[in-house]
Amino acid sequence: MDFERREAPYVRAGTSVAAMMHKVLLALAPAAAAHVWYFGPGLLFNILVAVVFCTGAEAAVQRLRGREARAALGDYSAVVTAVLLALALPSLTPWWVTASGSLVAIVVAKHLYGGLGYNVFNPAMAGYVAILIAFPREMALWPAPSMGDIDYVRPNVLQTLWYTLSGQLPADLGFDAISRATPLDLMKTGLADMRTVAEIRAEPLMGDFGGRGWEWIGNFVAIGGFYLLVTRVIRWHIPVGVGIGLLGPATVLYLLDPGSHASPGFHLFTGATLLCAFFIATDPVSAATSTTGRLVYGIGIGILIYAIRHWGAYADGVAFAVLFMNMLVPLIDRYTIPHIVGHEKRSTPESNEAAP
Amino acid sequence: MTAPTYDLGTLHGGLRLDANKDSATASELAVMPVPKQIVLPLEQHAGDPADPLVGIGEHVLRGQMIAAGTGALSAPVHASTSGRVVAVEPWPIARRRGEPGPCIVIESDGEDRAATGREGAIDYGALEQDELIALLLEGGIVGLGGAAFPTAQKLSQARSVPIDMLILNGVECEPWISCDDMLMRERAARVVGGAQILLSALAVEHCHIAVESDKPVALEQLADALGAAGDNRLTLKQVPTIYPSGAEDQLVQLVTNREVPTGGLPTDAGCIVQNVGTAAAVYDWVHLREPLISRVTTVTGPGVKRPMNVVTRLGTTVADLVAYTGGYTDRARILVVGGSMTGRSMSTDRVPVVKASNCILVLDEPAARGPVLPCIRCGECAEVCPIQLLPQQLLWYANADDESRLREYGLTDCIECGCCDLVCPSHIPLTSTFRFAKGRILELEDEKARAERARRRFEARRDRLGREAQARTRELKEQKARAKSLSKDAIADIVRRKRGAPEDDR
Repeated sequence: MDFERREAPYVRAGTSVAAMMHKVLLALAPAAAAHVWYFGPGLLFNILVAVVFCTGAEAAVQRLRGREARAALGDYSAVVTAVLLALALPSLTPWWVTASGSLVAIVVAKHLYGGLGYNVFNPAMAGYVAILIAFPREMALWPAPSMGDIDYVRPNVLQTLWYTLSGQLPADLGFDAISRATPLDLMKTGLADMRTVAEIRAEPLMGDFGGRGWEWIGNFVAIGGFYLLVTRVIRWHIPVGVGIGLLGPATVLYLLDPGSHASPGFHLFTGATLLCAFFIATDPVSAATSTTGRLVYGIGIGILIYAIRHWGAYADGVAFAVLFMNMLVPLIDRYTIPHIVGHEKRSTPESNEAAP
Repeated sequence: MTAPTYDLGTLHGGLRLDANKDSATASELAVMPVPKQIVLPLEQHAGDPADPLVGIGEHVLRGQMIAAGTGALSAPVHASTSGRVVAVEPWPIARRRGEPGPCIVIESDGEDRAATGREGAIDYGALEQDELIALLLEGGIVGLGGAAFPTAQKLSQARSVPIDMLILNGVECEPWISCDDMLMRERAARVVGGAQILLSALAVEHCHIAVESDKPVALEQLADALGAAGDNRLTLKQVPTIYPSGAEDQLVQLVTNREVPTGGLPTDAGCIVQNVGTAAAVYDWVHLREPLISRVTTVTGPGVKRPMNVVTRLGTTVADLVAYTGGYTDRARILVVGGSMTGRSMSTDRVPVVKASNCILVLDEPAARGPVLPCIRCGECAEVCPIQLLPQQLLWYANADDESRLREYGLTDCIECGCCDLVCPSHIPLTSTFRFAKGRILELEDEKARAERARRRFEARRDRLGREAQARTRELKEQKARAKSLSKDAIADIVRRKRGAPEDDR
């Protein structure tokens, strides 16, 4: 009897890139729901716009590159990029802003570098930074969380949709009525006005750790993150690294001078810290590759987030921190090659030849 | 005397795989009757093929040496039953994945008569180490774990370096395979007896018999056999059930916490590793005077009707063996000799069972690999690599054909265990990519060596020509100088001499 010849191994673990991306999307769902709960349905419109433009751009570029578009869309990486980008935006964002970010993410950051697996920069963060610089006014319009007691007007679904489509608010709604500074903005401007952290934390927008609403979204992000850890879609090294890098300096400076430095808890639960630690910095393609390398990479991101928040011009620094560390990845990889079993302590070409 | 104690080492990475062994270990060892036709390849071992000693038409007896080992690394082949040699011709063999290789074909006479002159067990204690090793060579014993490295040469090599431990490998970590398990369950005393002989051949005082924790019956049987032997040089060691704990270097690491240096052998870590089946074969040869003419082979997988372990005469074709066990199921699609992680897929079941054939695994259509996507550097491959390599980086450099980086990142240390390949979410065929890249490196090395030889030859020739030219010029100069300094008489004298004038005329 004749048989067909195959190559070993003959079993598969049954994992796939698409399955990993599905888990990431599932893990983001609780945080997205919380976001809608506190900040209204704007996120859903943003996700819709981002998904349409990201997948559209992915399909178009694949076709231009002479490849099967359906296979590329089937890995769901473009959808994950879209959702992460949308989660980084204010819930009220005009569609062209979101669309611009999506196009930069997919066309420039991803495909100009070779597509899935080859991009040097985190696509979502590259897209975010591009629109942060190109549309500073739109990107600064953060609504306050709906907590009942906070004095602000919340746009309804139609008003939100209208703003997303036109960038215009209804005549009876002013920007001042609906938008508030983010907790990180408050902290930054407050400290610049020589107020103490305790005074700033007494503001109605501030919660137990971070900003009200924001800290709850953080909790749900963390739940999703733990789900990814448990299902081994991500490993602990990058989240822990980001934590060490951010909370290390935050704790030291807070203990030295609590009057002018926000607490580590505040840093952990405000802005995009947790989203970064579990979902953004953990993008494997643009991260360092060995376990030690990933720890170093995470720590670098954490330190940079703290530095930008505390000394920089922007209220949050996640996107810049991630992009900067993306640039250092080849260097980190070069110096964090693990010890190969049977080799001298550090593997160098010389030691290879010296071995018997 | 107590065995030296070591911290039990740990293995980086590895995988917990579905063992799939229960179906074949449910029944006792079966002994297959001698088939009508026996096909014995001359390439059953690592090294040079054996040289046939018999011609077509010749009658041979069971255990008779029919092909002799040649060169420094080789092993003889013995007839596995009595009968007539009907052909010495190419036949599909497992080492070549079903492509033909030289074989001796014997038609059984049905009598299975043993060769004479081998009565009574050998008192191996009375033999010198060299004599004992030579005896093992004569018995055609090779490693039965799969690599089929000739045992005598492995022992000789180990004698030339200081080692302090023999490790008997009963780990059998690869899914589906259970021949060693069944052997240990049913023939534990032979395994222990073989280990004692190997210790004598090595003049080593300690032997660890390593068995995976998922083989309780085998562990129990071995413990009983060790108790009966009462030899405190031997200890039983349970190792964790994790693939690939049974790979030679990984087992050394697990048992002794010593790393086998890159490009080195277990002996460089003070150990020698032998398979439990090899030990039993050594026992059979020394005590029962039966050379290596049969082995336990697992027949299993969704493609066979009745999975079981069979004591099979070497040279039995896979087709005959599977027919003996009950035949194929309708789902039989892929024929693998070995396990599901590292086994070799065959093009035909006409290949005979040989010394290395531990398992005949018949698989149904395997789960489709799915489309191969680019590497997303998720790092799962590095997590499971027992050598702690970075397969994702190796893939990058293999695609770029960057030889120096491949070396730096340890491609040549890859043991092709298949762990990275199995877990890759992008379904990249990493194992075959690395196997190919290794071949490329060897090729390049070869090319370099050839270029180097050519360069040396050229330089040597250039130097030689230069030296000759110099010598010639020097000679000419000297002749000229001599000519100048000679007187006319002297010249006349020389001329006379050249004309053959008598010596005394001068």
